[in-house]
Amino acid sequence: MALNKQKSAAEAVAQLRDGMTVGIGGWGPRRKPMALVREILRSPLKDITVVSYGGPDVGMLCAAGKVKKLVFAFVTMDAIPLEPYYRKARESGAIAVEEYDEGMFEWGLRAAGMRMSFLPTRVGLATDVLAKNPQLKTIASPYADGEVYVAMPALKLDAALIHVNEADRLGNTLLRGHDVFFDALYARAADHVIVSSEVVHEKFELDADTAKLNPFERYLVHSVVHAPGGAHPTYLGPHYGWDMEHLKRYNASATEEGGWAKYVEEFVNVGEAAYQTQIGGAEKLAKLKLPVF
Amino acid sequence: MSEQLSATLAELMIVAASEAWRDNGELLASGITTIPRLGASLAKLTHSPELLMTDSESYLVSEPVPLGPRGDYRPKYEGYMSFERVFECVWGGKRHAMIGPTQIDRWGQTNLSAVGPDYAKPKSAVLGVRGLPGNSICHINSLFVPNHGPRVFVAGEVDMVSGVGYKPERWLPGMKQDYVDLRLIVTDLCVLDFGGPEHAIRVKSLHPGVSFEQVQAATGFPLLKAENLSETPLPTAEQLAIIRKLDPHNLRGMVLKGDPPAVKAAA
Repeated sequence: MALNKQKSAAEAVAQLRDGMTVGIGGWGPRRKPMALVREILRSPLKDITVVSYGGPDVGMLCAAGKVKKLVFAFVTMDAIPLEPYYRKARESGAIAVEEYDEGMFEWGLRAAGMRMSFLPTRVGLATDVLAKNPQLKTIASPYADGEVYVAMPALKLDAALIHVNEADRLGNTLLRGHDVFFDALYARAADHVIVSSEVVHEKFELDADTAKLNPFERYLVHSVVHAPGGAHPTYLGPHYGWDMEHLKRYNASATEEGGWAKYVEEFVNVGEAAYQTQIGGAEKLAKLKLPVF
Repeated sequence: MSEQLSATLAELMIVAASEAWRDNGELLASGITTIPRLGASLAKLTHSPELLMTDSESYLVSEPVPLGPRGDYRPKYEGYMSFERVFECVWGGKRHAMIGPTQIDRWGQTNLSAVGPDYAKPKSAVLGVRGLPGNSICHINSLFVPNHGPRVFVAGEVDMVSGVGYKPERWLPGMKQDYVDLRLIVTDLCVLDFGGPEHAIRVKSLHPGVSFEQVQAATGFPLLKAENLSETPLPTAEQLAIIRKLDPHNLRGMVLKGDPPAVKAAA
């Protein structure tokens, strides 16, 4: 089948190259492509620039020394507000950063998807986002108002990693959560999109209401990875909530001697199948209550 | 009156916070974290029913959602407000948010990103600028400080200006400052506003038992006294009943160390 884009996580991640700029979908501790992140942790990939509304995806990649530069607006696990490994990397000066407002970040992805070099915005003016990003320039309106804007540059991605509820082998996807975040913009901004999915169908046969849950076109998708539980320990609406017990344990590892090495040994090196068993399997996922805000 | 005297400081701050949203008209009221959220909720249930609110995830609700596990309570949805739509709401200016930054300076500039003199290697990495640059330049904002002290209200400029303020040097020709609108700062000692000359920060009301001198000593820059400086009112019995219903698990009791009473002598 010519349009079969299904690959193993290892095959999909093997397409990434050192030094690439990689966007990671989701938001904080919500619908992060964690199975793909774990696959990167197991791979030799290095020196990546990570572009993310950050959660434990950013923390783990920082802990493993994979990150050369982080393009971000925040890194948080919500109920655990401060991400421990992001903080370590940041406070030790181990990573370079490009810090933007959440909306500027969206604008950057949008510009990339529209093949524009920048989009104008008022956001960022009169803040240190300009001072700390000397590459940022302002631009004056060519119209009578003459207003000065930030020219938010395109955040072009070499690759994007996105986790979805359902996909088919052709690269069609469905997002069933209450909020789809900005994943469609990551997909549009990227040259290469790797989708991981809880369920992979041979070929979608959808009714019209379900088809409305399709966030972006399949021509954007290059690889489809079957990854049940692939957002764990983050929140995948409406199927499972975040695993606070696991996130607490991960958080605590940052203050333990050799804590990260132990976490990697127990949860990463074992491979994804063993990871899912380790965390309690499908039974456990089914019991993870959806967060109440 | 005895019930009022048994009110906690957190409850007094909720009532003070609710005042920020009075007479705002129809806009999205976003109170971030427990006390600001309860303040916005109280505003909607009392003096400002026209406010829009979300379930703190992605839907607009016609009635504020109680905090924590909800039991049988079903949110009363009236619309949709995903993150993408929140951004659009922000840029269009139809929002009043109250958030708790790590640092605030005399110009109302805020920092939620990184503390310390070296941005490349900060003493403390916090969350990131988040949406502060956009919020602060696009719509009304108020601030919340549960630990009023000189580490929050810094002497100089905040270490990483995340939210804009009224510092003239930051506004170069052509930059539109018109939408910057800082309203209240609700702290555990007092309520401040930006009503002084050139938006200088003033003490608007002092919480019961707190002196102006005490507030000044806990602030890294000189403060003004509002001409009608008053005492922050205690919650009424009606307000307390609403707060309890909105916060059945008493999450408000965990915000301030020791959950102190509003009137210290009453302890």
